Amino acid sequence: METTKLKRVDIIFAMEGIDPIKVVESTIKKDPDTIILEMIDSGLKGRGGAGFPTGLKWKFTRNEDSYDKYVICNADEGEPGTFKDREILDRVPEKVFAGLAICGYTIGAREGFIYLRGEYNFLLPKLNEKLVAFNAGMKKIGLDFTIQMRSGSGAYICGEESALFESMEGKRGEPRNKPPYPTVSGYLGKPTAINNVETLVYAFMISRIGVEKFKEFGTKDSRGSKVFSISGDTPKAGIHELELGMTVQQLVEEFGDGDTKAVQVGGASGGCVPRKLFKDTIIGYEGIPTGGSMMLFNSQRSMYNVLHDYLEFFTEESCGQCTPCRVGCQQLLKGIEAVKRGEKSPSYLDDLKKLARTMKVAAKCGLGQSVANPFVSIVTNFKEEIIY
Amino acid sequence: MADVQQIINDATKVYGKERKALMPILQAVVKEKNYLDDQDMISIAKALDLSAAEVFGTASFYTFLDTVPRGKFVIRVCKTISCHMAGKDAIIQAIEQLLKIKIGETTVDKQFTLLTANCLGWCHKGPVMLINDEVFPELTSQKAVEIITKYRGE
Repeated sequence: METTKLKRVDIIFAMEGIDPIKVVESTIKKDPDTIILEMIDSGLKGRGGAGFPTGLKWKFTRNEDSYDKYVICNADEGEPGTFKDREILDRVPEKVFAGLAICGYTIGAREGFIYLRGEYNFLLPKLNEKLVAFNAGMKKIGLDFTIQMRSGSGAYICGEESALFESMEGKRGEPRNKPPYPTVSGYLGKPTAINNVETLVYAFMISRIGVEKFKEFGTKDSRGSKVFSISGDTPKAGIHELELGMTVQQLVEEFGDGDTKAVQVGGASGGCVPRKLFKDTIIGYEGIPTGGSMMLFNSQRSMYNVLHDYLEFFTEESCGQCTPCRVGCQQLLKGIEAVKRGEKSPSYLDDLKKLARTMKVAAKCGLGQSVANPFVSIVTNFKEEIIY
Repeated sequence: MADVQQIINDATKVYGKERKALMPILQAVVKEKNYLDDQDMISIAKALDLSAAEVFGTASFYTFLDTVPRGKFVIRVCKTISCHMAGKDAIIQAIEQLLKIKIGETTVDKQFTLLTANCLGWCHKGPVMLINDEVFPELTSQKAVEIITKYRGE
């Protein structure tokens, strides 16, 4: 057994001696291109789950020739098992604002938005109050940049960036075709840098502590640390900021209840890692990338129920726009129910896996494409539980 | 009864009269009266110079923008996996017994509507429910009953 301990990190929530407005003030003395080079050098990748290099995203948006550009903070955190963004916005909102301001300065945007999911509306009064002070602070330091709040209304799909733009434009939250990507044509058709809450805080902290300090953490492919949302069968459920590059085994040793049989990495749209693969699975961009959701299941849990729950979730949250996702989710759900009842033979599961893989290539957006992740991993590794 | 026209007027002052103002306006009306009726959507369409169908199309997409009558307090119990494992069924049962309604129904006095919701983002502190915008994590059946009884007094 490996006994290496997980490395705990305290970057995101640390507030001691940090004045966000002052950090913005000193950062905007630098040339935007210098900031972009620093971001690229830091190796910071998007912490929402997709893992696109943040520096490149900013560079592409900066390179677009447009008078109007936008920067948006994606706080539509809806992935089952994820609750880190709520915690960050609750505890250190000014660091998120400052991250937005630095991004805004870098790409040349004068307006920033935070799209907060409707389920977190209780945070709004506090955030609005703090924004008034922050926007005034930006004026004081001479940065032409203001941030506004926007709310979601209970649609998981609006966490998909192009669906989020549609929602902000007053439409149904139906994802767009890509390309064009948001850096070229985002909110209102203008170049838009859209970043996850946690990514913005890391971007801010890289400005504050420097690239080298950030690079001390993590591995070559997964630089830095990450906030993990740990839930399920664990005595230590909650938010934990950990260095990237650990194995699932290490995570389970720290957080498991001694009887963990599977870990769902990355929420409902992520993959399920069974016990036999714990040691070989690295949590990071070289292994399985994740938005930080870690759900632990012990041997008493029925993986059929888990998968059934996920499929119900996707069936309800599919926007219904493209056929592979709209019909695919329903058929996968009906399919495992039929196998469970014995109406279909166990080999039908192979047909369903084919359907899931078809969705992966044919669905329009990340929602439909990612249903195959939980489906194939759970059906493959826990076939008996699905059938009997 | 909330004056919907007034809400629309106030919201257009802040968010303008372009299409991008639609969500904030719909949300402002729902915040006040918990759902949108046909007349509300027609009024909003008029204010933004949109077709009523566009407004309905948008509103009906979003779970929190109800287009059927809801009670004064909308209870949404999280039903996603972590809350499921933490015992949301018992919570729902307790609420159903207390209010004598099933999921999706509204009490006769129009005070409470009971709904389920997908992941509310409190997986480490489930089961959890929202009552309008307020959140109540780490529920037990008893706690849920106490909380709702308190709302009843209002």
